[in-house]
Formats: sequence, C-alpha cells, structure tokens
Amino acid sequence: MKAIHRVLMIVAALSLGLLFMFPMWKIYLKAPQYPEGLEMHIWVNKISGSSESVLQNFNILNHYIGMEPIHAESFAELKFMPYIVIGFMVTGVLIALIGKRNLAGAWAGLLMGAGAAGILDFYLWLVKFGTNLSPEAPIKVPGMTYIPPLLGNKTLLNFEALSLPALGSAGILLAIVFSILAFYLSYKSAKKELINKPVHSAA
Amino acid sequence: METLINKLKTAAPKAALLMALATGAVLQSCTKSDGGNGGATADALSSDAASAVYVAPGKHDELYSFLSGGFNGQVSVYGLPSGRLLKIIPVFSQHAENGYGYNEETKAMLQTSHGFVPWDDLHHPKLSRTDGQTDGRWLFVNGNNTPRVARVDLKTFETVEIMEIPNSAGNHCSPYPTNNNEYVIAGTRFSVPLDMKGSTGDVALDKYEEEFRGSISFIKVDPKEGDMELDFQILVPGFDYDLANGGKGPSEDWVFFTTYNSEKSGTLKEIGASQNDKDYLAAINWKLAAKYAKEGKLHEMPANYYHNKLDKNTHTAKSTVKKKVRYLLPEECPGMMYLLPAPKSPHGIDVDPSGEFMVVSGKLASAIPVFSFAKMQDAIKNKQFDGEKNGIPVLKYESVLKGEVKEPGLGPLHTEFDGKGNAYTSMFVSSEVVKWKLKDLKVVDRIPVYYSVGHLMIPGGDTKEPHGKYLVAMNKITKDRYLPTGPELAHSAQLIDISGEKMKMLLDFPTVAEPHYAQAIVASKVAPNSVKFHKLDENKHPQAAKKESEANVTRKGNKVIVKMTSIRSHFTPDNIEGVQVGDTVLFHVTNLEQDWDVPHGFAVMGANTAETLIMPGATQTLRWVPKKAGVYPMYCTDFCSALHQEMQGYVRVSPKGSNVPIKFSTGKKKQNIPGVASAK
Ligand SMILES: [Cu+2]
Repeated sequence: MKAIHRVLMIVAALSLGLLFMFPMWKIYLKAPQYPEGLEMHIWVNKISGSSESVLQNFNILNHYIGMEPIHAESFAELKFMPYIVIGFMVTGVLIALIGKRNLAGAWAGLLMGAGAAGILDFYLWLVKFGTNLSPEAPIKVPGMTYIPPLLGNKTLLNFEALSLPALGSAGILLAIVFSILAFYLSYKSAKKELINKPVHSAA
Repeated sequence: METLINKLKTAAPKAALLMALATGAVLQSCTKSDGGNGGATADALSSDAASAVYVAPGKHDELYSFLSGGFNGQVSVYGLPSGRLLKIIPVFSQHAENGYGYNEETKAMLQTSHGFVPWDDLHHPKLSRTDGQTDGRWLFVNGNNTPRVARVDLKTFETVEIMEIPNSAGNHCSPYPTNNNEYVIAGTRFSVPLDMKGSTGDVALDKYEEEFRGSISFIKVDPKEGDMELDFQILVPGFDYDLANGGKGPSEDWVFFTTYNSEKSGTLKEIGASQNDKDYLAAINWKLAAKYAKEGKLHEMPANYYHNKLDKNTHTAKSTVKKKVRYLLPEECPGMMYLLPAPKSPHGIDVDPSGEFMVVSGKLASAIPVFSFAKMQDAIKNKQFDGEKNGIPVLKYESVLKGEVKEPGLGPLHTEFDGKGNAYTSMFVSSEVVKWKLKDLKVVDRIPVYYSVGHLMIPGGDTKEPHGKYLVAMNKITKDRYLPTGPELAHSAQLIDISGEKMKMLLDFPTVAEPHYAQAIVASKVAPNSVKFHKLDENKHPQAAKKESEANVTRKGNKVIVKMTSIRSHFTPDNIEGVQVGDTVLFHVTNLEQDWDVPHGFAVMGANTAETLIMPGATQTLRWVPKKAGVYPMYCTDFCSALHQEMQGYVRVSPKGSNVPIKFSTGKKKQNIPGVASAK
C-alpha cells in the first residue's frame, strides 16, 4: 500500500468516530397530542432523544399497550458495541501502518458483516418490543402488534412512526467505502507496478 | 390559475367575517327598533373589527396582557388582540383550583404580621424594566388592604415573593418600578398614626392632623434574581397618597405621587378631603433619597413584617420576619422632595415617554394640567416657592405648568401614551376615552366606552417606548353589555385600535373580578422563556420521592408521612393502611412526569382543604386529619391520560390506638409496573 492508500485506510478507521458523535438511527413519533413530536435516538453506546426525558415519555405511552419499558440498561449491545467500534478503529489504523492490502480488504468485509449484524439485531429488538406485550395491558387491540418500522413510516394507533438512519450510520458507510477504496486502489497500483517490474527483475 | 385559487382561499375567511359582521349589524338594528340596546356599538365599531381581533385556531396572540383582579387578589392573563383568557395567577388569595395558599408549600406566602391573610385587593400590575422598557422578567403587584408587594415570575407565571410593607395602610400607590428596577416604590393611601415601632399607635381619631403620617417605601430589587428587599422608607405628611409613576430620560431620577386630603381630614373624607382647591403632586428624587440613605441620614425603628419567598428548587415558600426598618425624614433631606399644587383631589399621574411632561388627572377638575419637568427644574433653581408643608417646599403652580387640556371630558382619571405624541385619558364620568396632543394640548378625538372607564392601558404606554397599536379600557360598570347573570356581572374591558387618526372600537371582553390596571407586553419577550416542566433532578424538596422505589409511608408519633409519586396513570403507593383517626397525614406527592402539560392533581375524601395540583417534576403536600374510621378514596383530579379515571387509590383509617400496622403498596407483587420505577 502506498502513502495515499494508507491515508485512505486511516480516514476509514477514523470515520467510525462519527458513531460516538451522532446517533446511528432515529425513530420519530408524531401524534395529535404531540405536535412537537417525540424523537428516540439510538447510539452505539446509549439511547437518548430530542429531550432529556424522551425515554420516559416513550415508556409512559407504551405501557398502555403493554410494551416493556425501554431502558439503556436492558441492552447488552450498548455495552459491548462501543468496544467493537473502537476495535475496528484501532485495527484500521494498525492496518494502515502495516500497509498490507489484504488486511484492509478483510477489515472492510468484517465491518460490512458487523454492520449487517447490527441492523439485524436492531430489527430483532423492534420485533421483540413490538410483539412481546403484557397480557395485562390496559389497551388491547385484537391482532395488533406494534413493531416500529426499521426504515420508513408506519401508523401505530394514534402514532405516526418514522424510522431513519442518522449521521452515525454514515460513519460506518464511509468507513466501508474508504477501506474498499484503499484496498481497490492499492490493488490497482500494485498491478500496474507488476506490469512494469519484470523488466528490472529480468535484468 | 393556482394563484387565483390561493387568492380566493385567503379572501374567503375575510369575506365570511364581513358577512358575519353585516348580519350582526342588521340584528343589532333590529334589537334597537325593539327598544333593545347595543346600537351605539354598531355605530362606533369599525367595519373590519372582527378580522382585526381574530386569532385563528392554533395561532398565538401578539401580546400578553396582565389585568389585575382587584378584589379577587389575582392577576388574569389575556391574549391581545383576541381578549382570550389564558391564565389566572393567584397572588394574595388562596386558589382552590391549584391549591395555592392551601397546600403546605404555599401557605407561607400568605403569612403577615396579622397572621394568615388569604385575600387582598390587588390593583396595579407593573412589569419589570430594563432601560425604561418592559423586559418580560417579572410582574410586580400590590396588595391594598394588608399592605403587601408581590413579585410574579414570568418564566412560570407563579407568585414567587410577597413582602409586607410596614408603616403603611392601604398600599395603593404601589408598586412602581424605576427604569431598571433599581427600586420598586410603594406608597400609602391611608395615613395612620405611627407608633414608631412599625405599626399604628393607639391614638384618638380626632388627632389626625397632629399624629397621622404616610410612608413611601423603596424596595430594592436584585438585578439578577429579582429578590426584593425593603431598603428604606420616607415618612411623609399625613395626606392620602393615590398613584405614582416614575420619570424617564431627563426626569429618570424622579418619581411622582398624587396626593389628596391635604386638608388632613379624618372623617367624612368625601367632603372633608374635597375642600382645598388644590392638593399636591409630590415629586421625590429617588436617586438623591438613596444617596441620603447611604450618607447616614437614615433613622431606624423597630418593626415586625413578613417577607415570604418561594424557593425555586424545593418549590416551597418560607417566611422570614424582619425586625427593623430604616427611614428618612424629608425635612432633613433638602432637595429630595417637592410639592406641586394640583387641582382638587388628583388621581392619576402619568409621565410621557420623553419624560418631560407630567399629566395629572384630577377626577373633580374640569381641565387636565400638564406639568413640565424642565420648568420644574427651573422653579427649583429659582426658588419659586409658594410656602412649604411639613418642611417640604411647595412650588408655584404657574411656574411648573406647561398648560392645561381644556374641556377634555368629565372625571379624567388616567393617561397613557402611544409614543407618537398623543395622550389618551380615561373619563370616568362622561364614560369615554379622549385623545389629545402633547404638543398643543388640543383634544383631537374621543370614543365612548361602556361604562365608566377607570384605568386604561396601552402596551408599554407607561414606558419609554409604547407599542401604540391598541388601547384597553377597563370599565367599572357593565350593565347590559353581555347576557345578564343576576346581580353580579363580569366587568368589561374594551379593546380600541389607536393605530390611526381616529380611535376604533374593536372588541368587548368580560374580565375576572375588577381589573384596576393592566400591563401588556409583546409575546416574544415572554413566551420563549416559559418553563415547560420542572426538572426532577433539580427538585430539592426534602420529602420528594424521585422514583417509585423511594415512595414510602412512615409514622412519627401521630404524624403519618406519605412520600408518594404520580405518573400516568397511578400513584405509588395507592393502598395505604395503618392510619388512625386523629393522625395528621401529610401526602407529599411528587409528579414524576417530565413532559409539558402533564400536571397530576391529588385529593382525598373529606380533606378540609383544596386539592393540590402538582406540576411535572415538583412535589406538593396535602395535609389531612381523618376524623372517622373507614376507607377513604384518593384520586388524581387533573385529566391526565386515557386511564385517568383509574388513577386512584384507598387509605384505610382505623380507630385511634388500633394495632393495624402501617402498610403500603401499589399493584400485586409480580406485576411489572412500567414507568420509571425501575429506571434509575
Ligand atoms: Cu393523573
């Protein structure tokens, strides 16, 4: 890998830092009584919202339909995910320093895998919360489940739910793009050198 | 094509309003021919009045207005121009609606040296000021009967401070903030014999002339937090002090008071106080007074007065009793106070936005004298005195007079200004508002009001920069203006458009109790600072339960302390046993909500007090002494959610000496109570 490819790899690793600066995903809720809307922000290491008390307000609304209260503590993911991200960042930088192209490729692949696993995990917990309803719920609508959309919008009783990836996710996307770019460009320039090299080695 | 449709769309509501108005006019002419009333309204009403006051559903008013409630001891907040009632703020009166003055946290607000006084007569709201303009931070109001000055915080629209005024009786010319709230000034209406211990002395009533005195209090205001402190008083001659207003610009250092009863009559004042052809306008240089106070001209006397403050973090009022008061005597402070002769029993004193003209409305006078501040300064310099009263120089009437507004109407009371060179004076007897020019004192317009207007108010009309678009007339008599409601009628305010040459009547709106005076301010100076809920983390109430796991019930002797939480839609605990007849039960209810507009109420059967309404994040306490054994329901009184009706519980009361132990719970063991119980 040349200097430029190493720089690309470092940029890829550092882009993951966005995950600590912005939420990965946002769920917007709107109802007649909430003209200002409620926003839940899912981070790599925490759950927050448009206001400090947004989780409590989500939970108050959800308890009528028997949904389990959402607390950051209930997600083991939020505890280990930051380490995985830091792991990716450190190994990314190391790979840039070592300069082994194949390692960069493997890094990109692993990151894509981890991203996919993350989305799957996110979807599974949406399903879990949306369907695992208390039999003692005050409001029971026969056949109704409350799985928020993974992407896009959906009407849930009086709420309009909209789910979209946020800036933090762009960090993962950038990391994948830059690392693949580092791998691919380095591969291409190596190929060029290979064509040029035999002349010398023959000599 | 599309623009045409849009035009039609925007024009349609206006057209509809015009139609409605036209129908109204037809109806009114019908009733008129039937011998009914209201004809005068249709005449004076401008054709676009309805659209001028129309605030569409979901839209906000341009201004907040704060109308005093007079004998209800409250302030009512109306939106302008719509005249919609937005809120009632209890100040000197208990308010069963939210528990103010009933619950344990706010009782102390109404403590005085006379004990608990849960009522007063609230006359004059005045907004706090920065650079001579309203700043939207606080509202100061007076209690007339048991002399008090209160401060309302406009972040929460709550009364946060009430201070009793010693050496005072009938705290009417009060409260007047200077241009940067350096002082809020409060004067006595009744002079009384002072015992020089902060109270009135036991003196024969025919000793008025010798023994009775008035006082003017200078209350310092903390520039950051607004906290008040009585700095000093000036003991003044035994007249009645009616109204006050501060100077501006060149007259910034001065404050002016109208006085009556310069005759010093102690009985049948309607005759006794109406003998002198001239009473006085008292002018006090407050900056000089403050300087004299600093330079050791002060005397001190013992006193005994209450100062009650609401703590922001505990949401609890505490009283302190102040034990002394400092005072100045005008005869010892040359240059501090002058008297300007003013026609018989003057009422309002109003200073124009430039600070040059002092307008004195003499309710019994046939002309309105306008004094010139520049002339007053000259008269003082050239010693154009007309004797003295109690050592206070009296200036010559002609030497300070700019001129008189001739034949303005009958019974002039109050004047405010539009900032465009015009003054507007209310005429109580001839029931009209009269517009005149400050430049030449000529009357240029008049409009009838219904009926017998007292104060009038232009938003900022008493400040350096009036918002001269509207005028509100506060009428003392209502009679036939609305559907009759028995002998007692709502009072009436009228909104008048003063943006053009001619005044235009826009709107009548009924008001709560008797508004004396009002203030108004553009909404943008207040609305953005409005608190939505109190942060639970900042709740320092000693009995707060900040999560459901902190809720409990404990007995201490015959006191039962219930630390309770409320959140949609349950109390924790909601089952309480072990209370005995005669126990004092203190329900400390903390509202765990952290969302806007979700108060919870709390009431228990048979409690000899009002409900208490708890704002999100706050803790309030209801005291209850059960008198009979039995089971007592308690419930949330504010419709908080779809399951509000389920927000209830029971307290079991056993006979005195029973062996039922204290027990409390919410729900069954295995139920997973959602909300915040397990959160933190
Ligand atoms: Cu409730």
